[in-house]
Amino acid sequence: MFESWFSQADAVLLARFQFAFTIAFHIIFPAFTIGLASYLAVLEGLFLKTRNPVYQKLYRYWLKIFAVAFGMGVVSGIVMSYQFGTNWSVFSDKAGPVIGPLMGYEVLTAFFLEAGFLGVMLFGMNKVGERLHYFATLMVAVGTAISAFWILSVNSWMQTPAGFTMNEQGQYVVTSWLEAIFNPSFPYRLAHMLLAAYLTTAFVVGAVGAWHLLKDKSSQAARKMFSMAMWMALIVAPLQVFVGDLHGLNTQEHQPAKVAAMEGHFKSEARAPLYLFGWPNEETAEVDYAIKIPGLASLILKHDIDATVTGLDAFPRDEWPPVPIVFWSFRIMVGIGVLMVLIGLWSGYLRLRKQLYESRPIHRAAVLMGPLGFVAVIAGWVVTEVGRQPWVIQGLLRTNDAVSPIDAVGVGASLVAFIVVYFLVFGAGTVYILRKMAGSPEHTHIPDYARVPMAAERLYHEED
Amino acid sequence: MDYALIWAALIAIAVFAYVALDGFDLGMGILFPWVPEEKYRDRMVNSVAPVWDGNETWLVLGGGGLLAVFPLAYSVLMPALYMPVIAMLLGLIFRGVAFEFRFKSKANKHWWDRAFMLGSMVAALSQGIMLGAMLQGIKVTDRAYAGGWFDWLSPFTIFAGIAVCVGYALLGATWLVMKTDGPLQARAYNYGRNSAILLILAIAAVSIYLVSSFENVADRWLTWPGSAALWVVPFALAVIGGGLLNSLTKQQEGRPYLWALGVFLIAFIGFAVSIFPYLIPFQITLWEAAAPDNSLAFLLVGAVILLPIIFAYTGYTYWVFRGKVKEDSGYHD
Repeated sequence: MFESWFSQADAVLLARFQFAFTIAFHIIFPAFTIGLASYLAVLEGLFLKTRNPVYQKLYRYWLKIFAVAFGMGVVSGIVMSYQFGTNWSVFSDKAGPVIGPLMGYEVLTAFFLEAGFLGVMLFGMNKVGERLHYFATLMVAVGTAISAFWILSVNSWMQTPAGFTMNEQGQYVVTSWLEAIFNPSFPYRLAHMLLAAYLTTAFVVGAVGAWHLLKDKSSQAARKMFSMAMWMALIVAPLQVFVGDLHGLNTQEHQPAKVAAMEGHFKSEARAPLYLFGWPNEETAEVDYAIKIPGLASLILKHDIDATVTGLDAFPRDEWPPVPIVFWSFRIMVGIGVLMVLIGLWSGYLRLRKQLYESRPIHRAAVLMGPLGFVAVIAGWVVTEVGRQPWVIQGLLRTNDAVSPIDAVGVGASLVAFIVVYFLVFGAGTVYILRKMAGSPEHTHIPDYARVPMAAERLYHEED
Repeated sequence: MDYALIWAALIAIAVFAYVALDGFDLGMGILFPWVPEEKYRDRMVNSVAPVWDGNETWLVLGGGGLLAVFPLAYSVLMPALYMPVIAMLLGLIFRGVAFEFRFKSKANKHWWDRAFMLGSMVAALSQGIMLGAMLQGIKVTDRAYAGGWFDWLSPFTIFAGIAVCVGYALLGATWLVMKTDGPLQARAYNYGRNSAILLILAIAAVSIYLVSSFENVADRWLTWPGSAALWVVPFALAVIGGGLLNSLTKQQEGRPYLWALGVFLIAFIGFAVSIFPYLIPFQITLWEAAAPDNSLAFLLVGAVILLPIIFAYTGYTYWVFRGKVKEDSGYHD
């Protein structure tokens, strides 16, 4: 009886919004835990090598934050593995034979590894000894990276499908697993996302270090984490610009409509301008209020100022992605990337002048930069996912044709439930994490595992 | 080689592993209303804290595995069970984060206790409802779910949901018997006995209802080879149920959990016999639902190599955290 109130288009829109919402929330946690797991492995390794207690302090400090973030990543991730079927059952039936086994491998090679060793990592120090414990930390870190490998392969296959044919039931069937897994956009997307995760984490660590330096310049733990984070900014941020450029060129080759939307190019033209800002107007096929640099887009995308850049006019109108969303998300991502590079350079300059721990302006700037990595990650995903529209699998299956036989009321109701629960639960989690971060790393309690294991655990507990 | 059949067996193993493992940690939450004391609740939560997310990974394997190897079954079941699936996911979110959050804020601890309790109950109830909905039948036309929003809801599915809650309470209680001592353990023996009796009655009721109301199921049990199971399964249930109650009465610490798993295994076999070879009962067989052979073979290679390794390190984790959980050992930070 409710069906008549809403059209099928409403159901599709709500299902899309639900997927966007649940995955945007989810990606925040892996982006952080991929980076943080590696950081923890580095810290524990450095402690075992140097026996410098500051590394042990930092390890315990970040381990507690990791535990909360990882838990939220697990539960928001379970939602994703069922979301394909509840709202996108046609997609699941058709693409299941390709993406299903890849996600199966993700579970078998990554999720079990992470979950299996996480218990030892969090609670097992006094039970297994420090070498085995370090091994557990390494396994968790490796697990997060393997997980990224598979899920980005799946996503890349949806962007640049390869190595498949279609069977008589209309399902995609793999002819070459190697080609399907290592599809054309996969290496670039994987590198870009892993670096994004490391950078995001580095800026969170940097912000926490800077925050405590602003309160107490002499804190060795704060100095150490700020310094490590700024090395990452100096080295990895420029590397990310380079990888991002390669990724863009790859997209230009395989998904030119997406790049045209990113750049706001409605017309194919030689000496195409680079629009710095403006408002892409889909009605008039113009960029309103444009600030542009003539010829620069040709130079960046083709490495030749006279080259012709493909515009959206090369594609039927019903194959355009929503241009303003893609255009602006891209600018947000790139803008944050530029800020990260600048902070890195600034820190390098101050380090040379031995002012890294003295200069309050960079500490304030680093605190403000803390959450921006997450914003960049989400903006980047909006660029690549919205930029693929109207396709769910580029060139093969339209999003509108991929949806489950469900109506708008049910999808809307579950969407509201997800929104309420996510803000409540993950909001509380974020508050707990921020509260931990506000506590000084100098006061991190190191349980004396060797002497009184049980008593040490109790102390550790009471500290909270 | 019949890859589809092998995969059906592997998925069945994954589902059973999930029930055997996550069942006892969901059981902690289901038993919470009977254990109001904070120190005991901490102890219960601590007894599963190092292993719960490994346990829940089996559920991800179940979902991901179904998508990979039986995409048609996955894409029919998920829309058909839309509401219980969403309810289960939301329940798992609340209870999953509660493990960490309970210890983060003294003022809000009682709220996260409720989240843990209700989340566990909703997840278990939803799983039972899904099982019941599958058994009572799902409408399919043209490779897609063709029923309505509330087809999953019936007195039978609600009963199945409650039965699963009771079953997980049993697993939880027998786990506590193993992992604790003193007054909490004494109470766990009690909870175990009560839930064991209720569960066995519920399994009997569900079986009788299925055989008497569904011709397909009845045919199964009354013709060969099902008719053999007809005699073996109830007999085995009686023997194992007796063993369970006996070990609880005699307070044999480590045994009751294993006996309880035996009860689950028998029920599991009983349901498998009822619907084999259908994945969506009496609509879609496992061969019809299976992905193309090369998808099945590709993932099978990984499963054959990796599952033993997974079992090995999962076993190692359990071994590391073996023994009783002490009241004063805050595993947690």
